[in-house]
Amino acid sequence: MRFMMIVKATKDSEAGALPTEEQLADMAKHNEELVKAGVLLAGEGLQASSKGARVRFSGAKRTVIDGPFTETKELIAGFWLIQAKSREEVVEWARRVPFEDGEIEVRQVLELEDFGPGEAIQHHARLREQIARRSAKP
Amino acid sequence: MGTIAVTAVDTHRAIDAVWRIESARIIAGLARIVRDVGLAEELAQDALVAALERWPASGVPDHPGAWLMATAKHQAIDLLRRRTRLERKHEELGRALETQRETVMEDLDAAIDDIGDDLLRLMFVACHPVLSTEARVALTLRLLGGLTTAEIARAFLVSEPTVAQRIVRAKRTLAEARVPFEVPRGAELAARLSSVLEVIYLIFNEGYSATAGDDWTRPALCEDALRLSRILAGLMPKEPEVHGLVGLMEIQASRLRARTGPSGEPVLLLDQDRARWDPLLIRRGLAALKRAHELGGALGPYALQAAIAACHARARTASETDWARIAALYDALAQLAPSPIVELNRAVAVAMAFGPAAGLELVDGLRSEPSLKVYHLLPSVRGDLLTKLGRFDEARAEFERAAAITQNGRERALLLERATACVRVPVPPERL
Repeated sequence: MRFMMIVKATKDSEAGALPTEEQLADMAKHNEELVKAGVLLAGEGLQASSKGARVRFSGAKRTVIDGPFTETKELIAGFWLIQAKSREEVVEWARRVPFEDGEIEVRQVLELEDFGPGEAIQHHARLREQIARRSAKP
Repeated sequence: MGTIAVTAVDTHRAIDAVWRIESARIIAGLARIVRDVGLAEELAQDALVAALERWPASGVPDHPGAWLMATAKHQAIDLLRRRTRLERKHEELGRALETQRETVMEDLDAAIDDIGDDLLRLMFVACHPVLSTEARVALTLRLLGGLTTAEIARAFLVSEPTVAQRIVRAKRTLAEARVPFEVPRGAELAARLSSVLEVIYLIFNEGYSATAGDDWTRPALCEDALRLSRILAGLMPKEPEVHGLVGLMEIQASRLRARTGPSGEPVLLLDQDRARWDPLLIRRGLAALKRAHELGGALGPYALQAAIAACHARARTASETDWARIAALYDALAQLAPSPIVELNRAVAVAMAFGPAAGLELVDGLRSEPSLKVYHLLPSVRGDLLTKLGRFDEARAEFERAAAITQNGRERALLLERATACVRVPVPPERL
């Protein structure tokens, strides 16, 4: 089973403040623990929402809204993708993250198997495959 | 909104999670002190029982791993104290006991700092050649994978008492053989490491194509093996074959979803919907293979197998597969580790690259091989090649033979289907 540990944004992350040396070292140590335990599949930190944008859908209409966005706590600042046996195991990993404030949300990855079979899903999977192959090429 | 209602059930699930994360390290740290893997596991289990008793009331501590370690540590000290008391009944205890106690405390603290090395020792001991293969597998899953006896029993379709017995016997064997708690050095290391890799790959394969039962795959077991291999790669980052095995398993695991059809039936590699292959695992596998190559291990048996898996992973469609390269990789593998099964695979690759007749010639050379007498893939491959050559009567007989040999229900059904198909769809040989 795969889970995502989603890091919620904070005032600091939204201000584009870079972590201190100490915070970086703590985070590197934590990531190393995840790697050593064989559970870390992927993980990234994201830049502030001021460098992002939103595309909003309403019927056929698309509205593009440039960042920054105000509702800081609802924004995402990064993620880890974890392989684990249970949600509790991921919660335990999340508890160990060396944060002093903020929030981590734990969510289980919806695998393609969780949908029924259908042409749209096949198409989606094929697209994903093309993207993967492009980046997998040596 | 979620609430903070922590029930006893929640606590038990949290304890399970902590156990899964911490047990191997706790057992490994204790084993170094008490010099007995079995005893170390019992002490760790005692600490777990203490947690199960206390945490539902007190709540899960902030550092549950450290709590378990400290509890187990105290139990270890009590035990050593009792032992010392017995052994030295007639001797002067006094200071000796205190000295020993202090040493133990220091050792334990050092053990916590040095836990990586202890984990590695634990892996090598659990996969020690003095144990039977079954015992190595059970002990590895129990001590390093954090699986319960019940989980291991379910995974291998044997009864719980059987697994429990296997583990008890394995621990006794290790104690009686006085297997030292250490990572072997020099020439012994290579042989012992290959035993560790073999055990992990065996676990993976049992999940990847279950040898018995109604399910064609058991993905959870593949995940356990992957996790163990990634842990090992972190502990032995300079061993190319460890990365080779990681690469092989990541790439093979990427196909897990595509290997099973809608009603649970097996789907063969070339018939798989490649869109269902997991791109993240492929990427991770290719990266691990690259590391094996960078460390100079391109010609190791696992790196070679990973390279073969990578050939499939890189081919966008089955028809784009570089079979000539796969045949060459199998050739290298056959020279390195000659085995009839490798030869059989080489024959398949040769058939794909240079035509079914060339492949069949190689397969026919293997028919007298005693170790393949009960290997269902030999008649299955032969049936496949005979079908391609239009020799349907012979093909049907081979598929039926393969079906009679396999112990996997799903696979048997597929083979019988192919046998029937040999009659239904006769293709004139000139159209092949």
